[in-house]
Amino acid sequence: MSLSAAIGQTPSPSPVVDAAVVRSPGYWTGVLRRLSRDPVAMTALVVIVLLLLMAIFAPYIAPADPSKGSMLRRLKPIGFPGYPLGADELGRDMLSRLIHGGRLSLLMGVTPVPIAFVIGSLLGITAGYVGGLTNTLIMRTVDVFYAFPSVLLAVALSGALGAGLTNALVSLTLVFVPPIARVAESVTTQVRGLDYIDAARASGAKAGSIIRVHVLGNVLGPIFVYATSLVSVSMILASGLSFLGLGVRPPEPEWGLMLNTLRTAIYTQPMVAALPGVMIFITSIAFNMVSDGLRSAMDVKS
Amino acid sequence: MLLYILKRILYVLPVAIGVSIVCFLLVHITPGDPLTAVLPVDATLELQQQMRALYGFDKPLPVQYGLWIWRVVQGDLGASIATGRPVTSEVFNAVKNSLALAAAATLIGFVAGAGLGILAGYFRGGWVDRIASFVSVLGVSVPHYWLGMVLVIIFSVQLGWLPATGGGPQGSASRSWDWDYLRFLVLPAVTMSVIPMGIIARTVKALVGEILNQEFVHALAAKGLTERGVFRHVIKNAAPTAFAVMGLQLGYLLGGSILIETVFSWPGTGFLLNAAIFQRDLPLLQGSILVLALFFVFLNLTVDILQAAIDPRVQRA
Repeated sequence: MSLSAAIGQTPSPSPVVDAAVVRSPGYWTGVLRRLSRDPVAMTALVVIVLLLLMAIFAPYIAPADPSKGSMLRRLKPIGFPGYPLGADELGRDMLSRLIHGGRLSLLMGVTPVPIAFVIGSLLGITAGYVGGLTNTLIMRTVDVFYAFPSVLLAVALSGALGAGLTNALVSLTLVFVPPIARVAESVTTQVRGLDYIDAARASGAKAGSIIRVHVLGNVLGPIFVYATSLVSVSMILASGLSFLGLGVRPPEPEWGLMLNTLRTAIYTQPMVAALPGVMIFITSIAFNMVSDGLRSAMDVKS
Repeated sequence: MLLYILKRILYVLPVAIGVSIVCFLLVHITPGDPLTAVLPVDATLELQQQMRALYGFDKPLPVQYGLWIWRVVQGDLGASIATGRPVTSEVFNAVKNSLALAAAATLIGFVAGAGLGILAGYFRGGWVDRIASFVSVLGVSVPHYWLGMVLVIIFSVQLGWLPATGGGPQGSASRSWDWDYLRFLVLPAVTMSVIPMGIIARTVKALVGEILNQEFVHALAAKGLTERGVFRHVIKNAAPTAFAVMGLQLGYLLGGSILIETVFSWPGTGFLLNAAIFQRDLPLLQGSILVLALFFVFLNLTVDILQAAIDPRVQRA
């Protein structure tokens, strides 16, 4: 999914899992088996795991201190002795900064989606299940935020809140709640109309257990798949905010911010200046491919 | 049809009001007073009070909103704190530039994306299909601000074919539509077109695949219509949805151009927003976001109505 469109287009109006499949035992093992046979998704998954390990163990892997600069070794090319991937505009080791940069970039890019998944599902499922006035109130509010193009909303919110990691995280989460809530609402409304919900109600099941067993079981899958498709968007947006100076602040290493501070270096060390973007690109494409693989493994119609 | 239009407008109005409330409140979630940015640090309490009264910040929020929206409806978005110029004219000058960029990008993205999508839909599973899927994934995964930098490195720094940044040889004020100006548009527009290209390719491919599976296509082929004749029918059926997606993309690109405009120093709304944020020019920030968001809302409305006009089935959905 794309930056604009993932959040943008009427998000797949009917991503309903084949209801019969969901409750049958071993559904998740089936999904995992299908996923493990998808070479593209598995490769992407390995890439993500490696990126995460790199971020976690950054201090042990990085050959140098990411914040230690040298005025004499500013903007050195890739392969410069002692600097395998060159040196940045302050003479800091690019390789070490790229490794350390993964920590904040992944934190900023990934965290907003699970938080938004919880909030958005809660809102959407409530609206879809309860219906009536509650639905109108929740969904019309969601519509207002949904009416902003995602990049604009993220920039506007973090611009108003002020630069910084926390504010960027809050803005990004707020950007992803409306699209997730919309998907959750539409899936829940569909599931609620199905016969087996009526059957459960007729057989005396309480609202709580209907929601827990019958609704959640059928609804969370499609919402989850949709949410995973937002991670790559979130990565690009998060680094984009830092690129604009609205996210992480210098001298902290972060891929988007590094891309920004190296912008003027495109005339002297173009290869070095482009490196942080390669990392964002790899991460975002890997998340996209895992999400696509998950979508087909779970047989969610998009 | 008239009823449908009326219904759509009635649905959009509350959203538009909600959008204006969000834009209005943006200024009030900012830490500190909106005036701290302009007032000198040693301003007396009396001066602070005076300024607050001048901008109306001393009144309760609903009253402030009422006063603000009343002026907005009349086309007055206030004055920029940094420059003192009216926000309305600043925003509309920027919108013109952004619109030129977004329209060019949408056009490139649509032509390339639709071409790829049609080929991929026709030759499912073939190598064109694989290329198209690859392009769609790349298009939606690439950090476009980085792609912009890479294109600048290749075509401006290394090859020297196109200018790296800016809106024209003499700035954007005296725009004309000759090559001297258009060459400034090429790199940002191509960079931006990658986003709609992937989405449109994906949509068109799905549409063509779906239409080819429908009975009327088999019937057309069965009654002896040539391949080209069938093709024309497929295109005709896919067009409304494809154009709707294109229309929406234009809105996204206009609202989301800030990153690309920053990379290319393109004098559009993104550039204006950037300035507004870093100078803490809140009326300008508020005004430009409001204009962009409302533009997007009404573009959606227009696309919906046009789609319903072309394809009556939409009205019933």
